[in-house]
Amino acid sequence: MQVDALDVARWQFGVTTVYHFLFVPLTIGLSVLVAILQTLWHRTGDEKYLKLTRFYGKLFLINFAMGVVTGIVQEFQFGMNWSDYSRFVGDIFGAPLAIEALVAFFLESTFIGLWIFGWDRLPARLHLATIWAAAIGTNLSAYFILAANSFMQNPVGYRYNPDTGRAELTDFVAVLTNKVALITFPHTIAGAFLVAGSLLVAVALWHLIRNRDSTDTPAYRFAARFGAWVTLIAAGAVVITGDIQGKIMTEVQPMKMAAAEGLYQTESPAPFSVLTIGSLDGSRELFALKIPYLLSYLGTGDPNGTVHGINDLQALYSAQYGPGSYTPIIPVTYWSFRFMIGFGLAAAAIALLVLWTQRKGRAIPDNRWLLRAGLAMPILPLLANSFGWIFTEMGRQPWIVFGEMLTRDGVSRSVSLTEVLTSFTAFTLIYAVLAVIEVKLLIRYAKAGVPDVTPPPEPDDTDDAERPLAFAY
Amino acid sequence: MELTTIWFLLVAVLFTGYFILEGFDFGVGMLLPVLGRDDKERRVMINTIGPVWDGNEVWLITAGGAMFAAFPEWYATLFSGFYLPLLLILLALIARGVAFEYRHKRPEATWKRRWDNAIVIGSLVPAILWGVAFANILRGVPLDADHEYVGGLLNLLNPYALLGGATTATLFATHGAVFIALKTIGDIRDRAAALAVRLGIAATVLTVTFLSWTLTIRSSTAAVVLAAAAALALLGGLAAATVRREGWAFTGTATAIGLAVATLFTALFPNVLPSTLDPAGTLTATNAASTPYTLTIMTWVAVFFTPIVLAYQGWTYWVFRKRIGVAHIPQH
Ligand code: HDD
Ligand code: HEM
Ligand code: HEM
Repeated sequence: MQVDALDVARWQFGVTTVYHFLFVPLTIGLSVLVAILQTLWHRTGDEKYLKLTRFYGKLFLINFAMGVVTGIVQEFQFGMNWSDYSRFVGDIFGAPLAIEALVAFFLESTFIGLWIFGWDRLPARLHLATIWAAAIGTNLSAYFILAANSFMQNPVGYRYNPDTGRAELTDFVAVLTNKVALITFPHTIAGAFLVAGSLLVAVALWHLIRNRDSTDTPAYRFAARFGAWVTLIAAGAVVITGDIQGKIMTEVQPMKMAAAEGLYQTESPAPFSVLTIGSLDGSRELFALKIPYLLSYLGTGDPNGTVHGINDLQALYSAQYGPGSYTPIIPVTYWSFRFMIGFGLAAAAIALLVLWTQRKGRAIPDNRWLLRAGLAMPILPLLANSFGWIFTEMGRQPWIVFGEMLTRDGVSRSVSLTEVLTSFTAFTLIYAVLAVIEVKLLIRYAKAGVPDVTPPPEPDDTDDAERPLAFAY
Repeated sequence: MELTTIWFLLVAVLFTGYFILEGFDFGVGMLLPVLGRDDKERRVMINTIGPVWDGNEVWLITAGGAMFAAFPEWYATLFSGFYLPLLLILLALIARGVAFEYRHKRPEATWKRRWDNAIVIGSLVPAILWGVAFANILRGVPLDADHEYVGGLLNLLNPYALLGGATTATLFATHGAVFIALKTIGDIRDRAAALAVRLGIAATVLTVTFLSWTLTIRSSTAAVVLAAAAALALLGGLAAATVRREGWAFTGTATAIGLAVATLFTALFPNVLPSTLDPAGTLTATNAASTPYTLTIMTWVAVFFTPIVLAYQGWTYWVFRKRIGVAHIPQH
């Protein structure tokens, strides 16, 4: 097979973005959970909450650093590898990106700095406010980037200007209230909390089972239950929002829904196949486990609704946009959709199990399987998130902006194969090395357990000239 | 004023802010092995910028975002054209950012030494390459009529651009030394102050040479005035550093960097990326811009949020205004 700069640019985008999104969900979810823990400490004065704040706060920061440095790559990459895409959509797409930086990233990065170093520099209340400001900034940032991404899924609020050859903004409010953005946001945030809740459980459960008689058992117990509830609620939210997303997707990108199911012929009612063995090109099917009516319901809200098949849509698009293939790679969309749902719900099932074993007054069973399941918890929703994005983005192909621009037309013309290969190799290598380092650090600090804390002294301008900083790099 | 001019100014302001603020971060990082004689002193240095470096870096992210939103053609041509330098800058920023956070996370000396190296290289490389990049923007690059860069890597490595790289690196190192002198107490403060003077002399020579060369390439009265003011500010900062007035020295280097960046943008205007090949390829603030509608929206957003950002970032510097020394570094 002939490899060209386009293929490598696509691989680079996929690898760097999925990698970025391994850290993003933890940042989104954990920032809020740590803020809640600190609020609990502030309200009750119970030291266990302070310990948990410091403990999970440290894990949060180890992860946060990676989210920040991989994010810069994302922003630069549009111009470096996708310059024709940037020219085409810059008028629309650049705005949310710039607003994200100005409104959200400044808020987040500045207040994270204040939170980390402000333990003994700020009054307790103000210090608590800094973590909330950072958490709000983080979640806001997600909204703007998702609004930008939603434009690529469902372009709105623009017109194509044949004179300039680009898409031009006509209604910015329409871009920010794109119905795809409005539903993608809660779905993605819920997915993020699924990860963060799972991390709380995994770490706490490990300590509960490994150090059975620790004085910190009440703290871990709380963390495990709190995390399990967060996970369960997030799972509920992910299912509800995902269901709505499916309907919107069927409406704006019917091909993606057909590709999610590998549905070649239009059917009403259409069944949902839980798994298929055989080939997914529709020619041969050895075994399939099907739930009748489900796909119709998922796509249209009506168990007897009509779901359009790939063949019909392909014919329709060829007539509309000219000859060519408008079908994404079916095995990728089919399986990524199932993995997203399966891995996510598996995490929720384990959360339920953890809550069950922790019913009132019971000691945690000394069970190897429970421990293993607990440790798998954060990995499952991370995989679910990755597959969700792979599904979303690969299901949009061959379009980079649905119905407006093909991915192959968006790539930088002036960038050579050697250059893209160099950057792809460099990013992959540095990301791989950093992944090993970060995971080892996370495990090291997770194992170290909650710290001993003396509540930080109130700031005092007179006599602290020689007092060590409460927190230092 | 034309909307496109306003946005040219705003992009210039964002890069100016970025270089003033991240300039001392880079300087502190580069000087880590020079001024920090042991682990404690290096930690003092890192902690002077600890609370603020991430917020400073967002100036770059915002500048990039603003360029994308207001001048998509400029963003697209520049970022795809300066591919390898930008790649190196990104790799450096990745290494540096992670190093700040991870350096102290394990006690082993080798662990710390490796992250120290990441900080030094991660600060030095962008400090040089930003100078190289901006010099090339000023000088102009080969762009075809479609605004595509057709120059290759070697075209970016010309003597003028290399001088630009040496200038920014030295200037930022001086700025960092002055910052250390301003933010620390004890022995390290004295050494930083002495080093700032020596570096400052080199920075002044390089800056004056580079800006003069720039003005022979493209110039305007305003650019000449700004360049002269930049040189004066730098000399003033140097004088203040010599007599150990650290606050004034820092004001001097910060102003000098700001005025030097302003000189470059003023000399450049109304072009944003001149073509050395086909004049039709030259990108200007007009032909690279977004639509007036987008620019209007972005203007309102900037007018509303920029003061807020400046207020809380300013407040952060005030919260962490105290000097720190080795006595402030916790044992563990
Ligand atoms: C923990 C993660 C997680 C879990 C358990 C789920 N999802 Fe999801 N899903 C995501 C995480 C995610 C995601 C990574 O966050 C995506 C990628 C883009 C987006 O909007 O969210 C996504 C995309 C995504 C899309 C594509 C939207 C589009 O391209 O327009 C649909 C239709 C669904 N999801 C539907 C569901 C359903 C019906 C689920 C369960 C029953 C579900 N998701 C569980
Ligand atoms: C953070 C979550 C995201 C993930 C995990 C993700 C993942 C992916 C993947 C897997 C591809 C397909 C690569 C391929 O075709 O080989 C892709 C393509 C792409 N996505 Fe996303 N994406 C994410 C968010 C976004 C956002 C928010 C944007 C825009 C703001 C975006 C813009 C693009 C672009 C420009 C491409 C290039 C087209 C292509 O490579 O096919 N993505 N992304
Ligand atoms: C491909 C498109 C994306 C781009 C261009 C992008 C850009 C960035 C940038 C520049 C940063 C660093 C910010 C800093 O230094 O403080 C960052 C980090 C982050 N991004 Fe992404 N991002 C993308 C995808 C996403 C998605 C899809 C989400 C959320 C749903 C997201 C949410 C975040 C969060 C929460 C962080 C954590 C660290 C931080 O904000 O500082 N990003 N991103």
